[in-house]
Amino acid sequence: MGARIERVDTAAVVRGSLQGRRFNPGGLAFEASLLLMLLVSLAVLVTLLADIIGGAIPVFRDRGLDFVTSGITLDSDTAGVWTGLLGSVAITLVVAVVAFPMGIGAAIYLEEYAPGNSMTRFIQTNIRNLAGVPSIVYGLLGLAVFVRLVDLIGLGGSGSTAGRNVVSAGITLAVLVLPIVIITASEALRAVPDAIREAGFGVGATRWEVVRHHVLPAAAPGVLTGTVLALARAFGETAPLLVIGVATGFFSAGSASVFDRLTGTYTALPVVVLSWSRQADPAFKEHLAPAAILVLLVVLFVANAAAITLRNKYDRDW
Amino acid sequence: MNRAVTHDGEAAVAARGPGHVASRPISATVSDRSEPLADNPDIFKVRGLNVHYGEFHAVKGVSMAIRQNEITALIGPSGCGKSTVLRCFNRMNDLIEIARVSGSIEYHGVDLYGRDVDPVQVRRHIGMVFQKPNPFPKSIYDNVAFGPKIAGFDGNLDQLVEESLTRAALWDEVKDKLNGSAYALSGGQQQRLCIARAIATSPDVVLMDEPASSLDPIATLRIEELMQDLKEDYSIVIVTHNMQQAARVSDRTAFFTVDTEQTGQRTGVLVEYDVTSRIFTNPREQRTEDYITGRFG
Repeated sequence: MGARIERVDTAAVVRGSLQGRRFNPGGLAFEASLLLMLLVSLAVLVTLLADIIGGAIPVFRDRGLDFVTSGITLDSDTAGVWTGLLGSVAITLVVAVVAFPMGIGAAIYLEEYAPGNSMTRFIQTNIRNLAGVPSIVYGLLGLAVFVRLVDLIGLGGSGSTAGRNVVSAGITLAVLVLPIVIITASEALRAVPDAIREAGFGVGATRWEVVRHHVLPAAAPGVLTGTVLALARAFGETAPLLVIGVATGFFSAGSASVFDRLTGTYTALPVVVLSWSRQADPAFKEHLAPAAILVLLVVLFVANAAAITLRNKYDRDW
Repeated sequence: MNRAVTHDGEAAVAARGPGHVASRPISATVSDRSEPLADNPDIFKVRGLNVHYGEFHAVKGVSMAIRQNEITALIGPSGCGKSTVLRCFNRMNDLIEIARVSGSIEYHGVDLYGRDVDPVQVRRHIGMVFQKPNPFPKSIYDNVAFGPKIAGFDGNLDQLVEESLTRAALWDEVKDKLNGSAYALSGGQQQRLCIARAIATSPDVVLMDEPASSLDPIATLRIEELMQDLKEDYSIVIVTHNMQQAARVSDRTAFFTVDTEQTGQRTGVLVEYDVTSRIFTNPREQRTEDYITGRFG
């Protein structure tokens, strides 16, 4: 009875709040500063790239692919990256052979088999920590362990450089990227929905059958993407190679047998870049080093593109 | 061995709810049933089943007997432990690390949780259909063929796949795209594929965990018809939220609910287990009646 209900003109209220958009200087300034940060970081990248490409252009203009297919010499007119490229590819192959099975196996154990207790969590945390260890530390490990190991098992070649070859370098870099492989493979396995596992167990499959037939195939794209990226990381790594005695000098691998190449002295593309940038002849520093960097970048770019293509092709919405 | 359950119909073994009336032989009291149930032998005998998830006591003191070639429905509100009980029948709870099961479930007289029982073998005899259709991300054919293959089936696999799909009322819809992805099927088709996959291993029991809850009414109806057809050869235990579904398809119904203890802990208990028509027309327990008439609260 008594209380009078105040009538609100809803339409008028809505109209009032929708019209008359106000200028918001704080928001605008924030947006502008975010944009500025993006542009600055992009500018740094672009400058770097422009510098490298600018330095590399004369080399590719004058010599074309001859630069890629020539070996290392002291003569800046004929020196090329072929030896380094070969060494890097060989090292990366060793990395793949060692790190793939170990990394994927470890990830499968951690995700599918290990009990979910504090020990497992402790291990997982420390694998993440390992991924952050400076690469030079792995170089020291490689020098102390793998160089000797490779020599001991007879793959070390001979002479003062015994054990310092692509095998020990590959094993060292494999250990370096192992945490990355384990982490990415674990994430890919974890992304496979439990419903798939339940379906497998539900028809009487053992754990191994569920993993082998359902979980692994479903996780394969993610696992592959991660491992390709890990390989790219190994391909561009320099510091550990310097520690474990990559040859930065000049040597010929032209007529050597595969075994000799595997067990003998070697070099790698990033190390070639480093070596050239320290040469007295300015042609090395100003043109050949940027050209070698460009070759390195192209290889990494192709690897990343392959990883992205793989992921997009097989990516599944669960 | 038969102290808790006898073969002549005393299947309605009780929960331990306060004020519970001792169970009576079904055959003596059921007069409102249109056709009497065949006196099927027990396939599962559950005694004093308790399930804990870590500290959480999920299911307490469940005893019941499940009969062969019948459809047994487990109903009740969310959190009452009906799915947990279902997953005990094929040791699916083993996959949950913190789950602990005590009490006993006898399957054809063998204690499922006995020391020398391999859960993998259990699941080959007791198939399962899950709440959400979960086909393998593979072809339709491979979905059905996987179970028999790993079980070492050496007969005509093509024929088995066709039979299983036919049995699951899916063959006509998929026979031209057996190598197509199972994910291209509709939800209802996927669920029937999962049923085909479950029966391809020639199980003895099929467990269904709310098999129609993510399907539309037409697909639901097809699944229900399929269940009627399947019970000729299999024993089916189904968990459902849908009371009408339980009333439509099942021969016996177990009603579970949540007991809140003084400590505030919530535990699933079996309130009443009887022939479906009795549960829905003349339940003995007030709590059952409240639930089926929608006065649950």
